Amino acid sequence: MPIFKEKDYLRVELGREPDESLWMKCKSCGEMVFRRRVRENNNVCPNCGEYFFLTAFERIALLVDEGSYEDITKPIVADDPLGFRDRTPYPDRIVDAQAKTGLPDAILIGRARIGEVRLVLGVMDFRFIGGSMGSVVGEQICHGMETALAERCPFLLVCSSGGARLQEGLFSLLQMAKTSAVRARMAEQGVLFVSVMTYPTSGGVQASIASQGDVIIAERGALIGFAGRRVIQSAMAQELPADFQSDGFAFEHGAIDCVVGREAMRETLAALLGLFVGQP
Amino acid sequence: MSDERTLDLLEAKIEELRMLNAADGIDLSKEIERLESKLLGLRRTLYANLSDWERVRLARHPKRPYSLDYIDALFSGFFELHGDRVSGDDRALVAGLARFDGRTVVVLGQQKGRSTEENKVRFFGMTRPQGYRKARRAMLLAERFGFPVIALIDTPGAYPGLESEESNIGGAIAESLMTMSRLRVPIVAVVIGEGGSGGALAIGLADRVLMLENAVYSVISPESAAVILWKDKDRMKEAAKALRLTADHLRELGLVDGVVPEPLGGAHKDFHWTSSALREELRRQLAELAVLRPDDLIELRYQRYRTVGRYREGRPSARGDE
Repeated sequence: MPIFKEKDYLRVELGREPDESLWMKCKSCGEMVFRRRVRENNNVCPNCGEYFFLTAFERIALLVDEGSYEDITKPIVADDPLGFRDRTPYPDRIVDAQAKTGLPDAILIGRARIGEVRLVLGVMDFRFIGGSMGSVVGEQICHGMETALAERCPFLLVCSSGGARLQEGLFSLLQMAKTSAVRARMAEQGVLFVSVMTYPTSGGVQASIASQGDVIIAERGALIGFAGRRVIQSAMAQELPADFQSDGFAFEHGAIDCVVGREAMRETLAALLGLFVGQP
Repeated sequence: MSDERTLDLLEAKIEELRMLNAADGIDLSKEIERLESKLLGLRRTLYANLSDWERVRLARHPKRPYSLDYIDALFSGFFELHGDRVSGDDRALVAGLARFDGRTVVVLGQQKGRSTEENKVRFFGMTRPQGYRKARRAMLLAERFGFPVIALIDTPGAYPGLESEESNIGGAIAESLMTMSRLRVPIVAVVIGEGGSGGALAIGLADRVLMLENAVYSVISPESAAVILWKDKDRMKEAAKALRLTADHLRELGLVDGVVPEPLGGAHKDFHWTSSALREELRRQLAELAVLRPDDLIELRYQRYRTVGRYREGRPSARGDE
């Protein structure tokens, strides 16, 4: 959703040489930085520490034990239940987003290991219509949770989403109910769910699955909140603090367990997961 | 609606004539009859052809009956519960115990204010985290005692403000959804006016979802959709149409179980009639749910939500394939 300004994406896949120019300009500090160094630095600006977006592929490569990812994303694609057309027909937006991202929709689901712990993970990709949750994303998240439930292993969801897929109307709103229903059942069965919130985790995704983790970890620089800053400012004419809906704001108000830098995310998750395995 | 205003004027004129008729002993009954039939005809034409946007306007009509009006009309012995036991009491969402049709129920209702004064505490029905946490507390109480839950939805959306975010409104909604999905008593939700996005769904995960005929239920308001998707704040009529947010559309899409009819001109034109229609429908739905064992109830509810959504089997086709 265009509520958020799109940041620059580094279209690189970890472990593969990028085909773009050798240098890039950091949007935050304006420095020209060596693209390869950015890549080696987990897509963080080596000069100022600005976090660049990660694609779902990059995120997976960053988090899981090398070579352990097995994609189990369901072979489904978005339908157009309302025949929705704003400035562009919805099916065209889907095809464009698929071409741009190489993804079927805004999420990938797979089996993997982190610190030798087997788990199922879902990774959202903000480039795909703002990472919005429509029927496909809702179904994929449920599929991931059900796989984790069947295999008695943890489920990890890395969120990057502006909220509901508006073009699917009430179908998309109800994905909040759908994922909540499966999540609640998983909770009853004692299967661990760890939610990782990144920039941004907001709207209907923050008000459902993302906030339902047994443990909720925010990546440094995350935006976490329900209603957008501009919505609040226009509706309520309210002054908002500079750190509004930042990782620190969410932490200070008790919405999340901790804030973790990108470079430490894998080992943090490994340590956490380790506390849940091999227990009688 | 300017057309509606014309009808209201005509109605007032008829009322005037009626008073003259009674007072002066001049026989105006023929004239009154003629105007009344004209009024009815005009009203039929107007309301038979409501656009989706006009229905949005009707759903937000200042005279529209609110939750407490229905609670008054449909329930007896309403005992209001206040407070979330943590940080406050949200008056934009009322919760309480009451008798309905000879049994005790827990009723939740999002409540708009009738006046500017009242809206200082009701916040136009925009629910805050304290409201959702109070609702959740009341639902757990219902579960402990085996009372069905009736949730009346009428909100432009969850309260968008600094205090809401500080109290983690998203987390409060998320928690309510999880609780409702496993609650071991029947839940019936009714959208009586505005079903505004996550703020409405937060008390709307139910075994039966009903809508009043002129209520609307949407992932986003037409005004916001116009700004975000059309980049033009004046295209809300188009947005209202595209979102399929009316009761009839949503029933066709299979997302709503029943549409409760309203009198010509909307629920406020004959509240007694509207509340009777709603009473009948609630009675029917609760009777159907009452025979289910809790395990079956939550399994059916689970299946309902597990299967919601529309997608196609397949993989992305390369550009230009189609």
